[in-house]
Amino acid sequence: MTKKFEIEKLVQLARLSLSDDEKAQLEGDLLSILGYIDKLETLDTSNIEPTSQALSVHNVFREDELTEKVSGEECLQLAPAHYKDHYEAPKII
Amino acid sequence: MARNRTGSESLNVSSARSQRFLFSNIIMHRLTIEQAVEGLQARKFSSAELTQAIYDRIDKIEGSVSAYIHLTREMAQQQAQDADRLIAQGEKKPLLGVPIALKDLICAQGTRTTCGSKILNDFVSPYDATVVRRLKDAGAVLIGKTNMDEFGMGSSTENSWHGTSKNPWNLERTPGGSSGGSAVAVSANECIAALGSDTGGSIRQPASFCGITGLKPTYGRVSRFGLIAYASSLDQIGPMTKTVADSAIMLNVICGKDPKDSTSAEVAVPDFSQALRQDVKGMRVGLPSEYFTSGLDPEVEESIRKSAKTLESLGMEIVDVSLPHLEYAVACYYIVACAEASANLSRYDGVKYGYRSERSETLMDMYSNTREEGFGKEVKRRILLGTFVLSSGYYDAYYLKGQKVRTLIKNDFENAFKQCDVIASPTAPAPAFKFNEKTGDPLQMYLSDIYTISANLAGVPGMSIPCGQSSTGLPIGLQLMAKHFDEETLLRVGHQYQQNTDHHLKFPSL
Repeated sequence: MTKKFEIEKLVQLARLSLSDDEKAQLEGDLLSILGYIDKLETLDTSNIEPTSQALSVHNVFREDELTEKVSGEECLQLAPAHYKDHYEAPKII
Repeated sequence: MARNRTGSESLNVSSARSQRFLFSNIIMHRLTIEQAVEGLQARKFSSAELTQAIYDRIDKIEGSVSAYIHLTREMAQQQAQDADRLIAQGEKKPLLGVPIALKDLICAQGTRTTCGSKILNDFVSPYDATVVRRLKDAGAVLIGKTNMDEFGMGSSTENSWHGTSKNPWNLERTPGGSSGGSAVAVSANECIAALGSDTGGSIRQPASFCGITGLKPTYGRVSRFGLIAYASSLDQIGPMTKTVADSAIMLNVICGKDPKDSTSAEVAVPDFSQALRQDVKGMRVGLPSEYFTSGLDPEVEESIRKSAKTLESLGMEIVDVSLPHLEYAVACYYIVACAEASANLSRYDGVKYGYRSERSETLMDMYSNTREEGFGKEVKRRILLGTFVLSSGYYDAYYLKGQKVRTLIKNDFENAFKQCDVIASPTAPAPAFKFNEKTGDPLQMYLSDIYTISANLAGVPGMSIPCGQSSTGLPIGLQLMAKHFDEETLLRVGHQYQQNTDHHLKFPSL
């Protein structure tokens, strides 16, 4: 099949960073999987509505009330790094 | 069995002591939920003893099968003591004192929940999943967290960061996946029952490979709150048990509307154990011709056809049905599931919880290095595929197309259920495969789920029950599927089948 993607761009979009070997291997895998997926093109779906959820979707509302909570302190303890009551991360720029 | 166990002496069950010694002839770890509850209520043994018997079993064989990622001994012992106290007070609850295992993507407060991934290896859940809360309310004893393919992505547990589980029927074979650890734990009697989750067959296929009963309920039947997400429109938690009757008990406990999961369904909840008592005379079972074509192992086909005969002998009528879009299900699934996965897994960024790469100067580097080091190859493969099908310029050709094909697959089931009450098929095209047999070719691995994937896309309930063995002694699974929210029919047909066959009574010689 014709190559429809730049592996470099996908890796960047997905916030991954692959080694050259891994990139080459996954590129090959994706090509083969997309080749298989192309069989869907043989189906005429022009008058078919898409399904995003198998059962009917409807809005579910409730009062925005606190019923139970996990404390901020508990949440921060889960973080790889925190400073006082903030998450800590490397510089952005 | 006769050795003295910590905890048993402090129980107020002295009147039952002589009975307990009699009961020591019974191998406790082999009990079903029904038998365990009966024995506990009759004070034939205590929950502390039963829990210890399970841990003894685990200590003996876990080195061979690797069903668990970690055990929760202290919590379990406390829960068993609490259960014994309640039993002594005359309390009755559906799972009171019964040791249950959890797939390691279900959050239980204060326990590690790794999802089979390096990226969550040290994650300790600060809250209970709704199913865990319901299990605790029903009196269950939580034994440990079972092994799985990373984030549920796989069909063999070979994608677990913690190493693979082994099939107790043949240690050179995979147990299936992704809920392979739960299937092994039930099959090898390392728990009384377990919970798994199923996105494309992850309860049913390992249940089939390991010779147990596995039920994927209707989408929305069971709350997903506290289930680590893979593909949110397909994921569903369900029971993995030794019998259909046990699955009914478990489903009674875990199902129902949950305000914390807006997709959990507001539908009537019947008593599933009641459904077991009804006979199946006059019901129609549909055999979909597309499931019996090339690619199906002849021994599996023979077993399924024989099972259909058994159902016929119970008074069911066999009808031919068609699910014509079966051959497109795998392609459709990998578009939909990977798209949802790429969005769901974007939360693993090394900031709020989980693993963080140490070798990063900037935030952007930290994101990509963390994900590079924290995710395994299959997860990366699916994130990349999902990223592609959602990317600008390809959305219509792939993601939208996939969603439309999903409609066709859903319509297939609606049409088929006009002609029958339940659909019977093989759960998997072949019995358990060997390690490394399919790891080199992702597509071949994906195709091992061909018979189970459609039920997730259509949202219908599906169940696998043991229905025979291959000439090499590997279990074969019969899949039953029913209309939305008609688990009663699945359980009724499955139970009647088990009342008249003995496949579910066999266990591996470990």
